Amino acid sequence: MGKTIAEKILSSHSGKDARMGDIVIASVDVVAVQDGTGPLAIQQLQKLGMEKVFNPQKSILFIDHAAPSPRAELSNAHQILREFSKKTGAVLSEINEGVCHQRLIESFVKPGDILVGADSHTCTSGALGAFATGMGSTDIAIAMATGKTWFRVPETFKIEVRGDFPKGVYPKDLILHIIGLIGADGATYKALEFCGPTIEKMTMSGRFTLSNMAVEAGAKTGLIASDDITREFLKEEEREEDFSLIKADEDAEYEQIYQIDASVLEPVISVPHAVDNTRLVKEVEGTKVDQVFIGTCTNGRLEDLRVAAEILKGRKRHPNVRLIVTPASKEVYLEALKEGLLEVFVEAGASVTAPGCGACVGIHGGILGDGEICVATQNRNFEGRMGNPKGFIYLVSPATAAATAIKGEIVDPREFL
Amino acid sequence: MLKGKAHKFGDNISTDHIAPGRLFHLRTNLPELAKHVLEDADPDFVKKMKTGDFVVGGKNFGLGSSREHAPTIIKLAGVNAVLAKSFARIFFRNAINVGLPVLVCDTDKIDAGDELEVDLSSGTVKNLTKNITINFNPLPDAMVKILNDGGLVEHFKKHGDFDLG
Repeated sequence: MGKTIAEKILSSHSGKDARMGDIVIASVDVVAVQDGTGPLAIQQLQKLGMEKVFNPQKSILFIDHAAPSPRAELSNAHQILREFSKKTGAVLSEINEGVCHQRLIESFVKPGDILVGADSHTCTSGALGAFATGMGSTDIAIAMATGKTWFRVPETFKIEVRGDFPKGVYPKDLILHIIGLIGADGATYKALEFCGPTIEKMTMSGRFTLSNMAVEAGAKTGLIASDDITREFLKEEEREEDFSLIKADEDAEYEQIYQIDASVLEPVISVPHAVDNTRLVKEVEGTKVDQVFIGTCTNGRLEDLRVAAEILKGRKRHPNVRLIVTPASKEVYLEALKEGLLEVFVEAGASVTAPGCGACVGIHGGILGDGEICVATQNRNFEGRMGNPKGFIYLVSPATAAATAIKGEIVDPREFL
Repeated sequence: MLKGKAHKFGDNISTDHIAPGRLFHLRTNLPELAKHVLEDADPDFVKKMKTGDFVVGGKNFGLGSSREHAPTIIKLAGVNAVLAKSFARIFFRNAINVGLPVLVCDTDKIDAGDELEVDLSSGTVKNLTKNITINFNPLPDAMVKILNDGGLVEHFKKHGDFDLG
């Protein structure tokens, strides 16, 4: 019997014939923490007397959740990360650099790697063909110090997608549709493997959006075979030498197979307060909106900003709507600047913020007021997610978000394209 | 044997309910953060609960973020164990790592205020109020080892490495 991508990577890193259900101890290639989870990881290493890292170039401390810091307590937490970086040589990704998952795909992770990170959306890098998964601070602390961790080898759900996207429908709509189908806990402990003709043609940016949200179906990771599009992406990041081919065997065993026709999809929206609470955008059209947020590790890449800018160009946000745009990283920010996208946003009445996670995780830079409604391109709409349990969050593609900002109410983006 | 009262919650209690982002600045002050545990699911929970009580959820308890602070503050608040129909993956692993027992069982048979007695070794929950016994799914062996050592830090201190075989 052949192997899934997850089984292949866990086999090569454990020296065992790893099969679904097995418990293996595997070496890891890249280990990451962020400013919300890093200080606790460092504290655990201090308790263990193991203040060291297995590989300084591949141990990364990201300051992205509260960047730049809005409070003294958080500035103090940042000091812990900076001191640990000085002490161990671990890479420090400072407040200007961007969201950890975007930075990891730009500069650190390669096909076939195991990446573990103390952040649930670590699965984003799965689109590079890496076994990438989120864990808590203690697991990550030990992985960072020793270069290994334990895994239960997951069963895999194969998500086969065919058909071309209709106009106005994007990878975000596809992944929201998939999560609606599987359910928020439907893939708990499983790996997802996205494949099929639609995925084979999809840009890396779209693939990252899919993998990013695997955890919203409960999955451990969301994998995609590497191919020429992966190679081209790594080349653009000036690290083509990091490319290798990884794909599942033809006779790999899958626990479930989903077949999806992208050509019949319409714009999708997750309504409060669950990601699997999906509807068609047209079903909730007319809902008045207070804030629109475009950014995050899900949809804060250049391609996303281009889609939003195309709709916003020459138009203004509705006077009752605040519009916040946050490029996912320094690299994205600079490119968007050069292309004139940021000018479009500012002209349209947006607040363009520094790269980071702040608004999405409810720390700073876009906290909702009581009873307010936000339409966002992020991955979660849980109660309290954007800093106020009395707020309401709807999840959409960048196109739907941009169109909604103009109209002042939720709207199907196709009338703006 | 663990004994205490049940505090009942619904399905899909997220890490944002347990340790919300608006209190992100308290993550380096866990005793203070623990005073707000589960506040966004039940604002009176901390006032009502007594040391040794149980948190009882529905399905997919702990979904969302990787923040280990969530199970840590449930434990710090004095909760004996969390019982739920199912758990989200990262929360489940984190709970074991911080030494908080997480038990998968049929929580429909437990109401708020019921007195429970949990026997971790035999895998049973006695609902003393309703006079019924509920079995819970045994944990994987690797996790039992970590939990019995008192969490992953203690496990590593004791064995100097993973000792899960």
